[in-house]
This record gives sequence, C-alpha cells and structure tokens, in this order.
Amino acid sequence: MLKALTLLLLFQLAGEVASRLLGLPVPGPVVGMALMFLLLLARGGPGSELRDTSNTLLSHLSLLFVPAGTGVLLHIHRVAEEWLALSVALVGSTLIGIAVTAMVLNAMIRRSRRNEAGS
Amino acid sequence: MKGPIADIWVYLAATPLLGLTLTLVCYQIAFEIHRRLGMHPAANPVLLAVAMLVAILLATDTPYPVYFDGAQFVHFLLGPATVALAIPLYAQFGRLKKLALPLLVALVAGSLAAALSAVALGALFGASHELLMSLAPKSVTTPIAMGVAEKLGGLPSLTAVLVIATGILGAIGAHGLYRALHIEDHAVRGFAIGLASHGIGTARAFQVSEQAGAFAALAMGLNGLFTAAALPALLPWLESLFRS
Repeated sequence: MLKALTLLLLFQLAGEVASRLLGLPVPGPVVGMALMFLLLLARGGPGSELRDTSNTLLSHLSLLFVPAGTGVLLHIHRVAEEWLALSVALVGSTLIGIAVTAMVLNAMIRRSRRNEAGS
Repeated sequence: MKGPIADIWVYLAATPLLGLTLTLVCYQIAFEIHRRLGMHPAANPVLLAVAMLVAILLATDTPYPVYFDGAQFVHFLLGPATVALAIPLYAQFGRLKKLALPLLVALVAGSLAAALSAVALGALFGASHELLMSLAPKSVTTPIAMGVAEKLGGLPSLTAVLVIATGILGAIGAHGLYRALHIEDHAVRGFAIGLASHGIGTARAFQVSEQAGAFAALAMGLNGLFTAAALPALLPWLESLFRS
C-alpha cells in the first residue's frame, strides 16, 4: 500500500515537472498517467500491490469530486441569474456529447469488423 | 446559531478536521442511499453528497474556503487517482490497440460535438460571454478545464463547478441514452461517458464493468489532450459566428 502510493505520487510529481518544463497544455497528473502507462508497458504489467492500491483509490473515485462540487457555493448568484441558459447548455451538450461519441464509435467498429470479415 | 454549540462549531471550523470529516460522512450517507436504491444512476452519490454539504454550509454560515481547508485532503487524492487510471488502461491495452482508429475518430467527433453544442445552446439562450467561455471546456477533467477556461477568458472556478455538474448529468443520463440508441458494447459505453463526463462518468463506468471503466479512463485522458490543444484555437471563431 505505502510503496504503491509512493510510486503513484512519484509519477504525479514527474508528470508535474514534465508538464511545466515542456510547457504542455495538459496538467501533471494526466502526464503522470501516461508515464505510468509506459512503465507498465515496459514492465509487462503492474505488481499485485500496485493493482490493489489503485483499485482501492479508483473504487472511491466519486468521493474525490465532492469538495470541488461543493464549490457551487461560490457561484450561487451567477447560477441563479443564468440558470436557464446554463441548464439547457449543460443537459443538452452532455447528452449530445455522449450520443455522438457512442454512435460514431459504434458505426466505426461495425465498419472495421465488416472490412475484416470481407478481407 | 447561538450559544455553546455555535462556539464549538466556530472552534472546530477553524481546523481541517471538520471539513474533512463532513466530506467523508456526507459521501458515505450519499453512497448508502445510492446503494439502497439499487445503484440507480439518478441517485448519484456526488450529487447527493454535494447537496448535503451545501445545505450544511449554508445553514451554519460556513464560508467555502473554511470548508475547503479540510476537504482539500480528499481533493488532493484526485492527482494520484488520475495516475492510477493507467492500470485499468493497461489491462485493456489489447482491445485498445485494435480499436485505435475508431477511437480517434469518435474522440474528435464527440469532443467537438460536446463543446460546440454547449456554446451554441448557451448562446441561443442568452448566456453571457464569460459563461460561454466557462462552459466550453466543461467535458474534460477539472484541472484541464480550468486551464482552458482561463485561456478563453472564462471563470476557472465557475468552470470547476460546471465540470462537476456535467459529470453528474452524464452519469445520470447515459444509461437511458444507451438503451434508446441500442448501444450494448461496454467499450463503447465506457468511452462515450468518459469522453463527455470525465472522472465522474469514469467512476460510474467502473460500477458497470472494468472494461467500461478502462475505456472511460482512456476517453477522459484523450479528450483532455484534444480539448486543451484544439479549443483555444477554435472557439473565438465559433463565438463570432453566433454573435453576428
């Protein structure tokens, strides 16, 4: 647990440093995820300790968004003023985003399966 | 509030203990409600926990920064959790490689559809410029979205809230949408929800299956990259189109 957590933090730190040094538009933890992925590729997979620790962290992923979500308190006035545009844009675009992604991906997978079967 | 209880509250609120404990307790109550309702997507645990916390903070006149002094310890774990997403991603690497081209096409289409429809719908219903620029990057994970919003001239802290709202909406709405569209493949389901609803969508996808979760994590990462690179270039042009 302790070793795996340290490893995750080290990769976050490495990602943070790389992101700043290279002026990447992506934040440190996402660069850290990419670096960790490369390590797993090189090592042929995570050890059991790393897998268990990451499972524990990820099984409570929802919890980690609660503090930022509570930040709605800071914007209650704006939300009240522009609630109509805000709700329409949020609900509409989220559903459109999911639907477009799923339909395009589904169609592309079917097409590549047909090509495989045909060749 | 008056009297000794108020004094104790004021004392406790000055330490991180209260914000941290409140966050954990509210989340566990929220999750228990979610579980008892058969993990129904509408009883989203983030939504329930945030609603409880907002009610408590408003009722006790506790300012958000005071609460966040304690809650930041939970918030901080988002970093290592993001790194940990590499592990399920690796587990699905075989399937990912095979689907590389379909995933890339879906990424570009879905990412643009989510961002552009948010700005278009907002503009149509008279949202202010600041709100539009805060809305545009709301499908991607919080730190990227805040950075992009700042570049665009939005309000980063407002974007953080819109990001969470988008995540909750996606987690609530995706299931019904997939049924209506006859989307069965867990890889497709996961990828779409992770793309449009980042980490909260990913958390929901992990409840469905590890495969869905891994594809959601991939979509979240890819959309973060793509949005950070493409949106600042695209958006000024788009807004002029709607405003003219």
